[in-house]
Amino acid sequence: MVEYAWLAPVLPLVGYVFLLALGRRAAEGLVAGVSVILTFLSFLVSLAVFTALGAHPDVTGTYTMRWLTLGAHSIDVGFQVTHLNALMLVVVSAVSTLVFLFSKGYMHKDERFPVFYQYLNLFVFSMMALVVSPNLLQLYIFWEMVGLCSYLLIGFWYFKPEAALAAKKSFIVTRLGDVGLFIGIILLFLSSGSFDYSTVFQAATTGHLGLSWITPADLTTLTGILVFVGAAGKSAQFPLHVWLPDAMEGPTPVSALIHAATMVAAGVYLVARMYPLFVASGTALTVVAWVGGITALLGALIALTQRDIKRVIAYSTISQLGYMMMGLGVGAYAYGMFHLFTHAFFKALLFLAAGSVIHAVDTQDLFEMGGLGKKMRITQWTFLFGALSLSGVFPWAGFWSKDSIINATLQSGHMTLFWIAEIAAFCTAFYIFRVYFLTFHGKPRDESKMAHAHEGSWVMTVPLIILAVMAFIAGLFNTGLNNFGLQRYLMADSPTGLIGKVYPDNVPLMIISVTVALVGIGLAALMYWKPVISAEKLARNLSGLYRLSFNKFYLDEIYYGVVVWTGKLIAGIVDFFDRYILDLIVRMLGRLGYMGGVGLKYTQTGQVQTYSVIAFFGIMILLAIAMFHVGGVF
Amino acid sequence: MTGLGGPLFPIPTGSLLALGALLFCIGLFGALTRKNLIIVLVSIELMLNAANINLVTFSRLGVNPSLSGQVFSLFTITVAAAEIAVGLALLLAIFRLRRSSEVQDLNVHKW
Repeated sequence: MVEYAWLAPVLPLVGYVFLLALGRRAAEGLVAGVSVILTFLSFLVSLAVFTALGAHPDVTGTYTMRWLTLGAHSIDVGFQVTHLNALMLVVVSAVSTLVFLFSKGYMHKDERFPVFYQYLNLFVFSMMALVVSPNLLQLYIFWEMVGLCSYLLIGFWYFKPEAALAAKKSFIVTRLGDVGLFIGIILLFLSSGSFDYSTVFQAATTGHLGLSWITPADLTTLTGILVFVGAAGKSAQFPLHVWLPDAMEGPTPVSALIHAATMVAAGVYLVARMYPLFVASGTALTVVAWVGGITALLGALIALTQRDIKRVIAYSTISQLGYMMMGLGVGAYAYGMFHLFTHAFFKALLFLAAGSVIHAVDTQDLFEMGGLGKKMRITQWTFLFGALSLSGVFPWAGFWSKDSIINATLQSGHMTLFWIAEIAAFCTAFYIFRVYFLTFHGKPRDESKMAHAHEGSWVMTVPLIILAVMAFIAGLFNTGLNNFGLQRYLMADSPTGLIGKVYPDNVPLMIISVTVALVGIGLAALMYWKPVISAEKLARNLSGLYRLSFNKFYLDEIYYGVVVWTGKLIAGIVDFFDRYILDLIVRMLGRLGYMGGVGLKYTQTGQVQTYSVIAFFGIMILLAIAMFHVGGVF
Repeated sequence: MTGLGGPLFPIPTGSLLALGALLFCIGLFGALTRKNLIIVLVSIELMLNAANINLVTFSRLGVNPSLSGQVFSLFTITVAAAEIAVGLALLLAIFRLRRSSEVQDLNVHKW
């Protein structure tokens, strides 16, 4: 089965080509139907590969063919199946199928409906191809392709200026990270002579990664951090997280698929994929842990006060990605991936439920909603499941994965990170239930919008229900119930125990975590459901903190002041150099030719006899040269 | 140094070449300086004939003197006749168009 894993990425590619051939006028049902069926087939293939690996852990394999030979080095293309890859394939194809189905309802009657599905198919192909890449170069190619698809889909409604700006911003900010990744890949190639993971890891773990200007240990750390810079750009880690909230300008299914479940998880996947390199350099791992921790807290703090429902969930995504990075950073490889797995489901669920709400009331402002629970029963319940999962309430999926990470921070001795994680967990429970109560409970704050609110058709509710079920049970894949199947599965990639540690369950900690989550939920209920505590008064009393959070710690402004201004300054200097120095030279050359032409035109008298005289004397001179200088005509 | 059948008047080769050169120079001068197109055409004929004289003269020389030079000059005369016919036809056409046969007036290629 494993040798057919290439079908998983290729099926969406077939879909993409087919939709391209159908053109922009194709019927919605046909477009969505073909896409859903192909992605579902891709999901079945992924599932088959996943289970085949589970049954026989040693059938992992690399299938490549020679692409280029550069001197002594060669570059291959192909695909590779490991336990990590198989898990990612399942997550990506599962969420894609559901999002494809949901989009049928959400994008109904959009003018560019077929184009939307084309982009989505291209994205799913790129993402899956990224996951199964056997070497860093191929990964980088598809890494850029998912970035491109993200850009296209954020800017899908390009006629909205904010969407066009957000698309540009996401592209440029992730590009900053990609530069780091690219430098890292080149350094790894130069020092190990290959793009292949196995060769690179072999060199890194045995200390053979070396260049003349740097010690092997430093080089390992440097490349690890550079790779992490790329991962941070893609996974919206501090300080490169600013693009993700703006990316919410795209259609909501895009936010669910790309900016919650899959593409942003590519950074986490990359760190997991390159884990032996990070383990070889403890420093790089510490950087990952701390950046992840800071991101988790920062995202949660900002999410507390946002008014836009999608932005709250976007900051929540940033925060949860921070958790995953932190998990990887403290050595809990399996737990980071476990959280990626559960998060993909419950965050896609939250986004799709939010999309269902937005579809119904046509606003994203939390304070224009309220009381929607009565009209949208399914959306309310599924959102509640997602929220409980995100908050980490027993026994929802998020509880198991988040608690594993928190447990790992504690047991590996990262006390500060442990407290950061607990504070962030409290904020998480609070902000997501703030959204829940503001949206579904209380009195409608905008009657006109409420009036036409209604539940979507089955294509929208079925994915919600499936995801809600997954948000409930996904955590059970890694519990005592199945003898921690997922972590055993993932750890099978490296029997030597090179890739991180696992820890036994810590029941007192679980109780603490659930209590923290429940206190957060309770506080949210007291403020937004049964308003015992006035949110306005609290905001006024803590106005400094409130404004800090509401204005996203002024990071956008700081970036605008520092990065954008510096960029503009450099661009200005380069522009001046280009315009007034390089162009001057070019213009002078042009002017020279022009002047020559103008001068010589006066010789064109049109008098044949004049021409002949000149030709005659010219021949004479040539003959004279031939006779006296060269020594004869013949 | 005799041609086929021997010379009627034994003119030295140098004189013949000098005649050719002289004719050529006169023709060239005429072609470059005369204002009337007909005279220019006549001058061109002069240059052609100078070349013919050279051809005939050189046919006397060489290890194997032969008639080929003279035959060649006959061809040249034929071609020249055709050429002058075309030339005169062009001249007539130009004259009809511009009411002038002055070389200076033919300056449509002036900048």
